Amino acid sequence: METGEFGQHISQQFNDELEDIRNRVLTMGGLVEKQLADAINSMVEGDTELAESVVANDHRVNGMEVSIDEECSRVLARRQPAAGDLRLVVAVIKTITDLERIGDQAERVARFSLRLAENSHHGYFKELEHLAEDVRQILNDALDAFARMDTEAALEVARSDISIDQEYDSIMRQLITFMMEDPRNVTRVLDVMWTARALERIGDHAKNICEYVIYLVKGKDVRHISIDKMEEAVNPDAGS
Amino acid sequence: MNESTNKVSESSTPSHAMDMSSLNRVQQNLDLSDETISLEVNNLNLYYGEKQALHNINMVLPKQRVSAFIGPSGCGKSTLLRCFNRMNDLVDGVRIEGSITMEGQDIYAPDVNVSELRRNVGMVFQKPNPFPKSIYENVAYGLRIQGNNSRRELDEIVESSLKRAALWDEVKDRLHDSAFGLSGGQQQRLVIARAIAIKPEVLLLDEPASALDPISTLKIEELIYELKDEYTIIIVTHNMQQAARVSDYTAFMYMGDLIEFGDTDKLFTNPTEKQTEDYITGRYG
Repeated sequence: METGEFGQHISQQFNDELEDIRNRVLTMGGLVEKQLADAINSMVEGDTELAESVVANDHRVNGMEVSIDEECSRVLARRQPAAGDLRLVVAVIKTITDLERIGDQAERVARFSLRLAENSHHGYFKELEHLAEDVRQILNDALDAFARMDTEAALEVARSDISIDQEYDSIMRQLITFMMEDPRNVTRVLDVMWTARALERIGDHAKNICEYVIYLVKGKDVRHISIDKMEEAVNPDAGS
Repeated sequence: MNESTNKVSESSTPSHAMDMSSLNRVQQNLDLSDETISLEVNNLNLYYGEKQALHNINMVLPKQRVSAFIGPSGCGKSTLLRCFNRMNDLVDGVRIEGSITMEGQDIYAPDVNVSELRRNVGMVFQKPNPFPKSIYENVAYGLRIQGNNSRRELDEIVESSLKRAALWDEVKDRLHDSAFGLSGGQQQRLVIARAIAIKPEVLLLDEPASALDPISTLKIEELIYELKDEYTIIIVTHNMQQAARVSDYTAFMYMGDLIEFGDTDKLFTNPTEKQTEDYITGRYG
């Protein structure tokens, strides 16, 4: 049974509770998106104030994770949700864990911007900007897929994550070359490396969220399988 | 030490050298088609006079498993349950088409001895209905009717049945007191002890816990779990969480139709039919 939308429960209150949980996840997603955007901008523009605000705001993301978690436990205990409702609660519990981790990675990027600003003569590594832009897009798409319960969009995110991983690999190769060329680069390059790593991880978390969307809508667990298998799970009738 | 090495080998080679018998049904990844069939229903239609109460029901009920029937009031789940021991024969104006076979035998065949059938298919009702006799005599009743009056045998079976029904420890010192002195939950377990004393194949439970408090309910559920390695159990319940807790397979019925019947885990997490989803999540159908 697919759950594209949430019909009316006999209990209006239960309906409201589930709707509330969903809205709060979207709010949390919006906040995490903003944290990531600010972190990236602080890096690109060398804006230390913005970077500091990202670091300072991470606790808000953490707080939302805790409170949504509590709300989910409460609904499990009091309502014993089944079928689509159960999958919504389970998917939300997992989604907010990934969102919280994205928040942590955004904070890492912001801390990198701060260090970068301390040694202003270095400048940052230009290729990061492209990776960051892709990662920002993938997070945006993942949250859209969640908001619309759109499994096709979710699949698209899983596909884009593959190209993010490739981009990350090529940055790694370049950075290794830099370090070999001149050992004095090592300290700075390591910073860049950690930042690229943080961005790449955000892509993975966005992909996880999309897997939960597919689980929620289709009732199929698509973790740890190839993209082809995922497509099969989403569109069992398509293909040969 | 042995145990830990076992675990490692199990997780690395899941299909190799595992003792399947120690695993439960879900771990063995069984589904309905792998089960031994106890009861098979074919194209069953049931009419109360002009009114059709069951529409073309087809299902197989697996042996030594718990199957639960859920659905709103009047959906036909109790009616279907009563077909398995021909309790509907007692209702005026009932007409049944189609067939039900138990271990391959048609239970509606003309030569079937209905008393014998009901001996094999025990039933427990919503309200505990002990006889106005002692606890002991309640359990021994069925055996006495069968002509068994051996004191020693009766003692043995009464004790084992009460133990099986998880009631022995509570009543062993007052076996000859009236059954009406027991609490509702104890009475219900007594009735189950009475049902299993004559060693039926199938146990039909019609809302067995709906008149009980939550703790007695849990005891009955625990008992159902204990009993399923000997009996095929079919339970009708209004309490969906109860069906989810105790059953291996669940059937959802609506307006006399069998909408969906399958693995309980699947039905409660990802049902196939929209009507099932709407019912178990409490939405307007």
